[in-house]
Amino acid sequence: MKPAPFEYAAPTTLDEALSVLSRGDGDARPLAGGQSLVPMLNFRLGGPATLVDLNAIEELAFIEPTADGGLRIGAMTRQVALERDPSVRRAAPLLAEAAPSIAHAQIRTRGTVGGSLAHADPAAELPAVLLALGARVRIARRPRDGESDGRVERSLPLEDLYLGPFFTALEPDELLVEIAVPGLRPGEGTAFEELARRSGDYAIVGAAARVWLRADGACEEAAVSLINAGPTPCLLEDAAATLRGVSPTPERIEEAAVAAAEACEPAADMHGSEAYRRHLARLLTTRVLLRAVGRARERVA
Amino acid sequence: MSDERRWIGRSAPRTEDGRLLTGNALFVDDVDLSGTLHVSFVRSDLPSAYVRGIDPSAAHAHPGVAAVYLAEDLGDLCRPGPVLVPPPPIAGAEFHARTPLPLARDVVRYQGEPLAIVVARDRYVAEDAAALIDVDLEPRDAVVDLATALDEDAPRVHDDLESNQAAYVRQTKGDYERARAEADAVIARRFRYDRGVAAAIENRGIVAAWDPRADRLRVWDTTQAPIPIRAALAGALGLSEAQVRVIAPFIGGGFGPKIMFYGEEILIPWIAMQLGRPIKWIEDRYENFFATTQEREQIHDAELAVAGDGRILGVRDRFLHDTGAYDPYGLTVPINSQCTLLGPYRVPAYESEFRVAFTNKPIVTPVRGAGRQHGVFVMERLLDMAARELGLDRVDIRTINLLDPDEFPHDHEILYQDSAPLTYDSGDYRPVLDEAVRLSGYAEFERDRARAAADGKRIGLGIVSYVEGTGIGPYEGARITVEPTGAVRASTGVGTQGQGHFTAFAQVVADAIGVDPSEVRVVTGDTSEFHWGTGTFASRGAVVAGNAFHAAAEAVREKILTHASAALEVARDDLELVDGRARVRGAPDVSVGLGELAARANPLRGAVVPGTEPGLEATSYFGPERGSTANGVHAVVVEVDPDTAMVTILRYVVVHDCGTVINPMIVEGQIHGGVALGIGNAFFEELVFDELGGMSNASFMDYLLPTATDVPPIETAHRETPSPLNPLGTKGVGEAGAIPVAAAFAQAVEDALRDVAPELEILEMPLSPGRLFELLRETRDPARAPGDAT
Amino acid sequence: MNEVPVTARINGEEWSGRVEPRLLLSDFLRGTLGLTGTHVGCEHGVCGACTVRFDGDPVRACLMFAVQIDGHVVETVEGLTPDIEGGVAAASDLHPIQRAFHEAHALQCGFCTPGILMTIAAFLETTPDPSEAEIRSALAGHLCRCTGYHNIVIAVRRAADLSRGDPTAVADEDTGP
Repeated sequence: MKPAPFEYAAPTTLDEALSVLSRGDGDARPLAGGQSLVPMLNFRLGGPATLVDLNAIEELAFIEPTADGGLRIGAMTRQVALERDPSVRRAAPLLAEAAPSIAHAQIRTRGTVGGSLAHADPAAELPAVLLALGARVRIARRPRDGESDGRVERSLPLEDLYLGPFFTALEPDELLVEIAVPGLRPGEGTAFEELARRSGDYAIVGAAARVWLRADGACEEAAVSLINAGPTPCLLEDAAATLRGVSPTPERIEEAAVAAAEACEPAADMHGSEAYRRHLARLLTTRVLLRAVGRARERVA
Repeated sequence: MSDERRWIGRSAPRTEDGRLLTGNALFVDDVDLSGTLHVSFVRSDLPSAYVRGIDPSAAHAHPGVAAVYLAEDLGDLCRPGPVLVPPPPIAGAEFHARTPLPLARDVVRYQGEPLAIVVARDRYVAEDAAALIDVDLEPRDAVVDLATALDEDAPRVHDDLESNQAAYVRQTKGDYERARAEADAVIARRFRYDRGVAAAIENRGIVAAWDPRADRLRVWDTTQAPIPIRAALAGALGLSEAQVRVIAPFIGGGFGPKIMFYGEEILIPWIAMQLGRPIKWIEDRYENFFATTQEREQIHDAELAVAGDGRILGVRDRFLHDTGAYDPYGLTVPINSQCTLLGPYRVPAYESEFRVAFTNKPIVTPVRGAGRQHGVFVMERLLDMAARELGLDRVDIRTINLLDPDEFPHDHEILYQDSAPLTYDSGDYRPVLDEAVRLSGYAEFERDRARAAADGKRIGLGIVSYVEGTGIGPYEGARITVEPTGAVRASTGVGTQGQGHFTAFAQVVADAIGVDPSEVRVVTGDTSEFHWGTGTFASRGAVVAGNAFHAAAEAVREKILTHASAALEVARDDLELVDGRARVRGAPDVSVGLGELAARANPLRGAVVPGTEPGLEATSYFGPERGSTANGVHAVVVEVDPDTAMVTILRYVVVHDCGTVINPMIVEGQIHGGVALGIGNAFFEELVFDELGGMSNASFMDYLLPTATDVPPIETAHRETPSPLNPLGTKGVGEAGAIPVAAAFAQAVEDALRDVAPELEILEMPLSPGRLFELLRETRDPARAPGDAT
Repeated sequence: MNEVPVTARINGEEWSGRVEPRLLLSDFLRGTLGLTGTHVGCEHGVCGACTVRFDGDPVRACLMFAVQIDGHVVETVEGLTPDIEGGVAAASDLHPIQRAFHEAHALQCGFCTPGILMTIAAFLETTPDPSEAEIRSALAGHLCRCTGYHNIVIAVRRAADLSRGDPTAVADEDTGP
């Protein structure tokens, strides 16, 4: 289990990294924390010609509060920083709540936020959590033929990043550079729960929820996402729609959970049948919505 | 005999820890010889295929590659390996030995079977070149499902056999038909019990170096049995045994599969001789899932004939055993299942037959417990179901059937894996069960259950018994030498994989010759230090090698006393051995050091008394007439969430009796580790094969070993009923912790769910939450049960 | 293949040299530097045997390339006892965590132990007075097949006491933990 040979680049700036990627003829691959990529290389499950190591690019590792109470998170921010940084707990407590469930501590010290999003594993925690939070991702590349100089950037809602299992809208010359997370508003509450075989394992199923309550107690906005319940990291729009504009009573929440369980597309594997996963999707959706609503009510000032 | 047992029975700290804790212990992969070349194997991706052609030319041409070998390049070496354990001489038994070639030639019979070897300057380059080898395999139908493996229309694993039946064995005792006719109830069920990989954290590995000037071969090997490996290597390579030195240094866990003799163990030394360079092969984790043997499924159709008061009248069991593609380890695993099923109970009539099936899966040989789990599960589940049907208490039905102390030795009238009669040497079972009942809080459990229920939690308790045949022969040996410095060297042939042999054996020696265990330097697993013996398996190290050390130490003690008596001019009986000196009882100032006596015993000039041997040294052997039988009771408390089907283990209690305990700390450690392995077997670990026979979860991401958050604290208590079969009175303990866990777990989960799903019967292991969820659905809604449910 | 220059501080000493980019940190430590106390158990980041400290944080050495330590600090199990020159260490020479593992019989085959020690060394710096649940959670990233973790949990607790200079944390070798 040794990786096949590759060319190696260790740029120290984003522009340098983008240049290497743009020269890579589609066969250069960014190496972020490497906690998913290196095992695949060790198993020799596909190997790029060039690895572009992003770990020396300091400008990509940051967590910055924004003026509107949200966060900007650099793609190379280590997952462990989500546990350690007090601004995360304030602005996006859902991230801090979910972070300890990402693999083990020895993985989170290397694994990065951007790497996890770009890997697009439907069983991973961060895509689901950031989907529920309505995050956007900023993507950068070098100009292509005919384009003028400078850096070309685009910004996407995170949900538009995911096209299929382990398949994203990122072009081979593009890099996910930053995640923008809206801040938690008054009247807004979030919750996360997953069920895993062992601590640190990918979830059999997990759920994240965000609920924004108006002063009258009705739900202004809601988001539910599920982990390992479909081919991609996914938002369950049907479940959210059930709650919008109504008071999130336990009955409504149960309706939303049923909607989530019906809309999700879990696959059977050795850890559970499709039926088991749908059952858990419903159960966990109920639990996280109840908890999110409870927290939201505490924040309705 | 020695004066007293000062060290035996004490939790002496381990002498081997210093090296292990500082990173200074030598493991096989740490052997770093100059000029070493590294090996990577090309293995079959398919479980069943014809080999149509292998083209190694691109690998040959790859820079850094020293050699590539296929089966056709091996000459005489390419012949089937030995049957390591011939089947016991059971009348009417059928056994078809089929053992693998070092490299497959025409047919591959399991995924991972080796096809070619690449030797290169480092492992990276070897793997690069291995990927360039063009292997043309033509898929054949594979035998995957054990239940249908013996069907007439099943594809054949071995074309030359009439069916996939590798063996058939029937053993009986008493008249089961009569027992059945007299029974008040007959409980009949089908049980499926599956196991998995041993998953020692260190994979296998071999380093071999041929020294043409000395004409000698040195081999470092992660083996549990260095001496048999030496004999096999010498035979295969045409060398004298004296030319081969096999060293099993520190081994990172064994658990059974490292007892095997693998093709790699011949090939690596052979290549070292071919190329005249040291050769290293370290198995990687992916390979380990296929290339290292494992244990798997049995399907039992069993019934228990029982009287109304719970007395066992008889048991009938017919089972299928999956041996994988070959059966190099004979019948050890299914015979252990057959024999261990009887447990600590009085079973007047027993009718047991099994069929062993070849399948296109990796080879099955013993993994810690070695088939005993399967038998215990069947018996304990039958007792649970009988108790339920008869309205008896779970503990009462066990108590009434336990053998009494006056029933030992107890002859079960069938043969055990070691070809000796299954006769229990000694035991006192009732107090063990009583202690487990007490420690587990069984009597107060309804109160605990009610309290938990008030918090919305469902808890259950499981309590089960087992015996373990341990410490089988044939023999082990030990040599003890007192050096002129006073240092004590002690060596034996068994290898060690973490069992604390260095310390426990030193304690045995220390008591006999009056030294501190820390001064006894124990060497295990190096054939240049000791070259008689068989190995570490079947929970036998402390019993067989331990008693060999005891015998050798007693012999050295006699020599010490003889020389000390002469030196101090006192009678032998007036001497005692304390703190490394022989001294006069009552006059401790009159003494002589053991080192000085060692020098006296090896004079450089002068006359020697005829008939004496030089030095303070003795070599002794111990071979028990048959194994000793340890026993125990496990109790477990679980919480089950019926909504998620997740199970949490809250408490675990083990009460056991392994005879004389040499080092309680080490014994408890063995139990802890065994229980963790058993928990893995019950709830986490499962090898998943697709319908074509491919393994779907060959990684630690998908094959789940229990972690620190999955294994609860383990409460232990000892009782000591010495074995009459050896002077120390020891019985083995290495596998005990692992054996009854799944049976206890199943009972506890049923118990926790008794109000939610009173009809739930757990008849299979392992039991993942996903599977428990399906069972609960079937129980609540029988229409969901699959048609062939049994 | 092009080798890449690397300079790093390893167990307190500076190392400079050139390495092939694909060389795993675990193989570099073991093969190039001869620091064979770091063990390799799975090479896919699950078993934890190869855990070392990288800039103080525990990481899987099998999931990093040696080139990535350029400009960084690495500590391995050998770094816990810098004064021991091979051979057998007396109990008094051991780091408090190692001593606790010895006294609590927290290792059997010892193969997984060095990685666990490195995790626990970092863990106790941030969590000097851990609960049992915290200890078990910290250990969950390591697989041990021998001990059932029971004595490891006890050892970590004892190591915490030893590291904090708790005088009640004395060895009691006769009764065990």
